[in-house]
Amino acid sequence: MIEIYQENILDHYKNPRNKGELKNANIRQKESNPLCGDVLEYQLLVKKGVIEEIRFIGSGCAISLAAASMLTEKVKGKKIEEIKNLSKEEIYGMLGIPLTPSRVKCALLCLKAIKVAAYSYLHEKMDEETF
Amino acid sequence: MNVKNIRQDFPILKRKVNGKRLVYLDSTATSQKPKQVIEAITDFYETYNANVHRGIHKLSEEATEHYESSRKKIAAFISARPDEIVFTRNATESINLVANSLDWKKGDEIVTTIMEHHSNIVPWLELKDQGMKVKFVDINDDGTLKMEQFGKLITKNTKLVAVTGCSNVLGTINPLAEISKIAHDNKSLLLIDAAQSAAHTKLDVAAINADFVAFSGHKMLAPTGIGALFAKKSLLEKMKPFMKGGDMIKEVTTESATWNDVPYKFEAGTPNVAGAIGFGAAIDYINRIGIDSIRQHEKELIGYALKLAEKEKKMTFYGTKHIEERAGILTFNFENIHGHDVATILDQEGIAIRSGHLCAQPLMSRLSINSACRASFYLYTTEEEIDILFDAFKNVRKVFRID
Repeated sequence: MIEIYQENILDHYKNPRNKGELKNANIRQKESNPLCGDVLEYQLLVKKGVIEEIRFIGSGCAISLAAASMLTEKVKGKKIEEIKNLSKEEIYGMLGIPLTPSRVKCALLCLKAIKVAAYSYLHEKMDEETF
Repeated sequence: MNVKNIRQDFPILKRKVNGKRLVYLDSTATSQKPKQVIEAITDFYETYNANVHRGIHKLSEEATEHYESSRKKIAAFISARPDEIVFTRNATESINLVANSLDWKKGDEIVTTIMEHHSNIVPWLELKDQGMKVKFVDINDDGTLKMEQFGKLITKNTKLVAVTGCSNVLGTINPLAEISKIAHDNKSLLLIDAAQSAAHTKLDVAAINADFVAFSGHKMLAPTGIGALFAKKSLLEKMKPFMKGGDMIKEVTTESATWNDVPYKFEAGTPNVAGAIGFGAAIDYINRIGIDSIRQHEKELIGYALKLAEKEKKMTFYGTKHIEERAGILTFNFENIHGHDVATILDQEGIAIRSGHLCAQPLMSRLSINSACRASFYLYTTEEEIDILFDAFKNVRKVFRID
């Protein structure tokens, strides 16, 4: 009926993967869209430069939470260095739904959180505008 | 009041969105414009566009006459005098003018309420740096003000009581005369944020004894970028202009300048002439329909919507059910569904509602929510459109599998 609320989006929204606290995390990164009221925190356990575990906590709309959930599956087992190259296009591809301009920021909250996490772990500077 | 005929005056209502006829339920954000307003603006640009006040030529005289005639119409609309009306960009600028121009002193207090729009909170918070104090009156569970708190929060240091005529979230219509009496008994000034109320309920500044009233034209059929501040002449005369430049002066030398008379000393630079002319046409339109008829129509609409709301499960509807104190604003949430998701689904049906924090984050915190959905009505809204809204709720339930 409505293109953006496809089955996989609703599935991740209703049954989020890797949701909850990660007690032994060595990176925690919180980002928010104050205008929407969306809040997201990633908690990662990185060993030898590899993301061994990742969890998230947060609240928001279906798009932002589904994207946050899907991204945990996408990045688990990846090198933290690789996160720097994650692109917006990859997030759009991961979601696979048409996004109107006003909903793009919902989809990209997870990308910003994970990239800020990676850059700060690597003690490198990130362009907060373009990320 | 013939809504069918009124709708004919609003060209945009014929528009289709996502293949469906537009159902515009976001008039609280901005109202749509009747062709009479659009034509008044076009007529200005096509036949007498000129700068106001200084020109000697015919066009400038005509432009000045229309600009000043709009000021008179706005004044008459709220039972004020023309020289008590300052043109601004919007209600926000009007409130900022007061915040910047009043003779504040350290220790002064401002009493406002938790239901205010950011425009009636942020300018006061800024004054805290100068040693002023801001206090908030709370709300009852039904979204009405805790009136007894005014007496407790107002002290001898309270310089200003700043309150909205109507909550843009809850739709509560506040008892302004009562608040005015409490403020003035304490020798405090009263500022009314009428952005949300002026287009929907009769406002008589003389009867209420308001000191300041802030308006936005665009919420009352006029174009964006034009608003007004009403202030008692005695106050305007004492206040200092916070913008300086052309048109607001009497005489300028290389050493100094003397300010123009009120209200002109607050209108620095070339004003939004077309906007003011559009504002005048909007007031004419509202007067032709009658503000009391508009209020009656919206009362019927909110009564109808609240009745339909009773049947909805797993939804929260905010605000009082007492329609005498309630404007045509229906704010709600589906259990565990973000407002933006609801707005996206309704948009597919051509229905325009607002979602998010509704420019009232302190109120959102008070209600313990991050966001909400808001459908708002105006003189062109029909019961049929409210039926379409409630019918579309079924789509939200279907997508998110809410039973």
